[in-house]
Amino acid sequence: MTAVTVTRAPRGHYRFRHVARMEWIKLRSLRSTRWTLALTAVAAIVIAVAVGLSTKNPSEDLTSNALAGVSVGLLLIGVLGVLVMTSEFTSGMIRATLAAAPNRSLVLAAKAATFGAVALALGEATSFISFFAGGATLRHGIAAPALSQPGVLRAVLLSGASFCLIGLIGLGLGAIIRHTAAGVAVMVGGVYVAGQVIAAIAHPLFAYIPISIVANSLGTTKPVGHGVHMLPPWAGLGMLGLYAAAALLIGGWLLARRDA
Amino acid sequence: MIEARGLTKRYGRVLAVDALSFDVRPGVVTGFLGPNGSGKSTTMRIMLGLDAPDRGMVRIGGRRYRELGWPLREVGALLEARAFHPGRSARAHLAALAASSNIPVTRVDEVLRLTGLQSVAGRRAGKFSLGMAQRLGIAAALLGDPGVLLLDEPVNGLDPEGIRWIRELMKSLAAEGRIVFVSSHLISEMALTADRLIVIGAGRLLADTSVAELSARSASLEDAFLDLTSGSAEFRAAEGTRGPGDGPPGGRRTDGYPSYPTSGRTS
Repeated sequence: MTAVTVTRAPRGHYRFRHVARMEWIKLRSLRSTRWTLALTAVAAIVIAVAVGLSTKNPSEDLTSNALAGVSVGLLLIGVLGVLVMTSEFTSGMIRATLAAAPNRSLVLAAKAATFGAVALALGEATSFISFFAGGATLRHGIAAPALSQPGVLRAVLLSGASFCLIGLIGLGLGAIIRHTAAGVAVMVGGVYVAGQVIAAIAHPLFAYIPISIVANSLGTTKPVGHGVHMLPPWAGLGMLGLYAAAALLIGGWLLARRDA
Repeated sequence: MIEARGLTKRYGRVLAVDALSFDVRPGVVTGFLGPNGSGKSTTMRIMLGLDAPDRGMVRIGGRRYRELGWPLREVGALLEARAFHPGRSARAHLAALAASSNIPVTRVDEVLRLTGLQSVAGRRAGKFSLGMAQRLGIAAALLGDPGVLLLDEPVNGLDPEGIRWIRELMKSLAAEGRIVFVSSHLISEMALTADRLIVIGAGRLLADTSVAELSARSASLEDAFLDLTSGSAEFRAAEGTRGPGDGPPGGRRTDGYPSYPTSGRTS
């Protein structure tokens, strides 16, 4: 560096891939994130084993049973989605992030892509391991379900995909709410508690509660419904996708409008 | 050159910045001086596109911040001591930022060495002392070897050795032809560091001058600064709450009066 010849920045412009790389490094460099992801998978698989061991009736939906732990995993991945976003605001990191990449929609898109990809990979792995672990631990001479049976592969795949969509709902909520405690409360309340309450009164809205879509539509091979008509599996997946898109669009709009 | 034009920013009922215009030129250290709460940090955030002004705009080299191609290679900023996640190591924090402007990862180790953070680079930054956190912020500002440096209260939390280090660093960066814009509420520090001074009070421009010109106005630079800022209403009101030992609100300091406080934080 010589006097009065400060290097000019090279031509060109930062792109999605640069911001995505930043978000990927941020995501993988937090120990708490790695622990939460591990806990998400382990919790779902442990429940699959427990349900497998305690199943006595071979006419039950054994696939759905093996995927029973998915809802707990979803709760954890949803909360992690909230945290990935709110921790930026609570730590002040958001200012460093937005100074590095002033295009805020691009920042949220990159965050959603990296976190969504991780959640999808973890979800599919968890879902398949749960399915096989749940089947392998069946007793009383009950035959394990096979992926070749009608609706089984779809149930396992869509359950895995739901980790990604619930995680993205959490991320969007985090961008909207910005505070960890409030974000987690809305996530847990909206996705979990509200579902329990509405299930108890068998309200038609039950078919549209995210966690119930996964448990009673995506992850089943036989119709269920607590007295409520559930969405068909692929429509349920579309509904979750709409929730995630809405949360991210509103979050992105607010992120672009508000002072950081 | 940085051009700020007619910046106005209101937070609720508080007018933080009021029709503020100034230029910052390369090659010299420009001090951005004002009492606590005078709008320095708000102005810095507006310059970086973090807060949107109600009116006015800032251009850096003719462009708004959000139009920069590789922001960190063009503008390096130290905004506040802790703009990082406490669970992430200093190295990971810098590596993530570097990736956003496609800065080679070897540069991360360079700035860690430059700021004396090598030995703690793998530790969680949340465990850092205020001085180390400040050094990490400075490392992030230097990451892209930018031609423009915006430093908000860089000496905060640094020990005397660190203060001398950052002072020499700012001077050498300016001598290389860079724009160095550094905010402070410490007139004594600015007297040692800056060549140009932009003085604000209650969000308004009070002086855009050189250190030499300003100190020529009164017995000392400090007197000149206090004369200037006593004219701003918000500062006078704040003085009124300080207590009887602090002299008449907005009044001129007499010789022998204790010097302007040299510690503390701005908002």
